[in-house]
Amino acid sequence: MKTKVFFLLASVVLLGATGCANVKPWQREHLADYTMRPDRDPLGIAQKEHIWFSREEASGGSGVGGGGCGCN
Amino acid sequence: MNTSLLKKAVLAALLAGAWLTAGAALKVGDTLPELASYSLEGKLPDTRGKVVIVDFWASWCLPCAESFPVMDELQKKYGDRLVVIAVNVDEKASNMDKFLKKHAVTFAVVRDAGQKLVATVSPETMPTSFILDGTGKVRFLHNGFHGETTRKEYLSEIESILK
Repeated sequence: MKTKVFFLLASVVLLGATGCANVKPWQREHLADYTMRPDRDPLGIAQKEHIWFSREEASGGSGVGGGGCGCN
Repeated sequence: MNTSLLKKAVLAALLAGAWLTAGAALKVGDTLPELASYSLEGKLPDTRGKVVIVDFWASWCLPCAESFPVMDELQKKYGDRLVVIAVNVDEKASNMDKFLKKHAVTFAVVRDAGQKLVATVSPETMPTSFILDGTGKVRFLHNGFHGETTRKEYLSEIESILK
């Protein structure tokens, strides 16, 4: 019985783990695309930051440098 | 819920995940696999007895574009004593061609169309370059390209092998 439950749980967890992908550095072509950049719409970002600042009295800390290619 | 069983199941999943994602990256001291056995597109130059830089790059990688003029400079400076081989890993050859039109170089460029060589070497970043001695052994490894710092390192490392 215990073994059955173990394998059932292991199967469920493993099935869940298939949703995780390890993207290798040479497979990041699509992540490096311009459309994946968080800063491609400066006006939209300025509006969002204004709303955020007005609501939270805090700004910044919303991104990191570079695109999605993870180069260097 | 039996927590002991759940813990075992999670541990099993983590171990399986680690095993599946583990890659044996090429490191200093290793010998680079024989490039000719990977059906690379493009002509491989003769590397026997020469210092070799094998650089893995892609057209979508900005530091790769920065590294090209430096590697071209090295190729011109050292002439016959150095061979630079840039291995492209783009999915589409047209992207590589477009890049090379913009960044014309004198060193050898080949394409790993099936991404088999790059999967074997398993570089940690784009670009990654390996500096090999005359026997094909990796003497130095560069993850990424950091402008003048990397350029100076290339120069001193090549000089140290040529001595």
